[in-house]
Amino acid sequence: MARMKFLCDTERCIECNACVTACNNEHDVPWGINRRHVVTLKDGESGEKSVSVACMHCTDAPCAAVCPVDCFYTTPDGIVLHDKDLCIGCGYCFYACPFGAPQFPEQNWFAARGKMDKCTFCAGGPGPDNSVEEYKKYGRNRIAEGKLPLCAEMCATKALLAGDGNVVSDIYIQRITKRGGRPQTWGWETAYNFKSGKGENP
Amino acid sequence: MTTKSRILPIRRLVILAVLLSLLGGAMSFQVIGSDLENPRANFWRVVREGVPAYTSTPDQGHTVLIQNSGENWREIRNGLIARISPWIIILALIGMAAFYLIVGQDKLEKPRSGVMIERFTYRERFLHWSTALLFIVMAVTGLSLLLGRFVLIPIFGHWLFSGYLQGAKVLHNYCGPLLLAGILLEFVLWVRFNIPRKIDLQWFKSMGGMIGSGPRPHIGRVNAGEKGWFWLIFIFGSAVGITGVLLDFPIWEQTRLTMQVSHVVHAVVAVLFVTVSFGHIYMGTLGMEGAFEAMWSGSVDAVWAKQNHDLWYQEKMRESTVKPDAEMS
Repeated sequence: MARMKFLCDTERCIECNACVTACNNEHDVPWGINRRHVVTLKDGESGEKSVSVACMHCTDAPCAAVCPVDCFYTTPDGIVLHDKDLCIGCGYCFYACPFGAPQFPEQNWFAARGKMDKCTFCAGGPGPDNSVEEYKKYGRNRIAEGKLPLCAEMCATKALLAGDGNVVSDIYIQRITKRGGRPQTWGWETAYNFKSGKGENP
Repeated sequence: MTTKSRILPIRRLVILAVLLSLLGGAMSFQVIGSDLENPRANFWRVVREGVPAYTSTPDQGHTVLIQNSGENWREIRNGLIARISPWIIILALIGMAAFYLIVGQDKLEKPRSGVMIERFTYRERFLHWSTALLFIVMAVTGLSLLLGRFVLIPIFGHWLFSGYLQGAKVLHNYCGPLLLAGILLEFVLWVRFNIPRKIDLQWFKSMGGMIGSGPRPHIGRVNAGEKGWFWLIFIFGSAVGITGVLLDFPIWEQTRLTMQVSHVVHAVVAVLFVTVSFGHIYMGTLGMEGAFEAMWSGSVDAVWAKQNHDLWYQEKMRESTVKPDAEMS
């Protein structure tokens, strides 16, 4: 059985946020919830890097470990899913998650948050696959349709990869082998030629 | 030729070893995050420290790539708090049972006189019992949130437990501010009786007169044990209350770190609060004859007052000689 993984190639991600938009549209998530988000480090500085982040479907998931009602489960593909019928909206998964993946429809007085929502790796939730009920709670179940997550499928620069971990890492290994081991030999600094003094430092 | 070719690799190896050890020594002096040979590793090392980042969807924890405190919070909550707290509570219950079996109930030494003295006004009793009720609700629902997954799910299953905990969470979040208000009102109402005095030392020396056969210490309206409980309520109640309000109202843009720290303080102090409360519940029911009636009906027998709160009894007697009908009202 494949072990599903996400990988975002930071040398390719251009922070277009199309993955976020595609995800929100595919799953018809409520306004204000973003299952995926793009983080930009050193924004506007030399060496800026963008990463598209959602639930990383951890093997030892912190969200599952702290959930007081034990509503998380891992599919045989290594996808971490949760049961919204069990979720009580306590917010503990949000405190524990390193990536800020769990999202809540509200943040209100008396800790009213609603049911937690997060990236499902396009694999829906418990209950019958591709049912109306599943779509309303968890969004589309593309995995059951034999498809991979939409965010990665439509990534314009193919920065975001999703699927069988072995295939994903094979693709990434090919890329970094072509690029070479040191960033001096490729990328930003080579392209704009800072070191030779001919290029202009932004 | 043969000897030379044998020696050469050994010499090379020695030179290589010396160079490697020099390199190792040099590397050990390098500050983390300043590996000049590998700027990419430095970049991600800094990111791993949780540097703030830009995002066009800045809600709900998205302005940092990795938050490190989550794993620490998980270890403290699941490891330290959830594993140790049940044993603290169980040990306290065992200790209480042992105390009851060995020392037994503190009984009245003389038969009841039938003369009743008012000990708690209606207002005091109403406040006490509403706060007590809220406290029990908070303790049961709070412990369910912390330990229910390990204790109640194996018994009731996921569906029943989740339904119960959904209600428990709402109850916990609405009763919490009320309990804090109750505790603060109790503080205002009773603080003047609970200022520590010199005679309180005597109470500690004679263990409240419950253990051993020595003479009972002189006690005013409130004994030193009750004063200790009063101040613990105020300290624990404030700590649990303030952190609880922070957790209960995620509307002031608290950071995740604030919530994690608040949760740890809240849970640790709450477990201690519940543990200490057993002592109070024990003394108010099984531990001492006549103590429960005092808070339930509001008045105590004169014999009970003389035995357990002699100075307060004398004070009451002086008042009643000035106003003869005072004790009957």
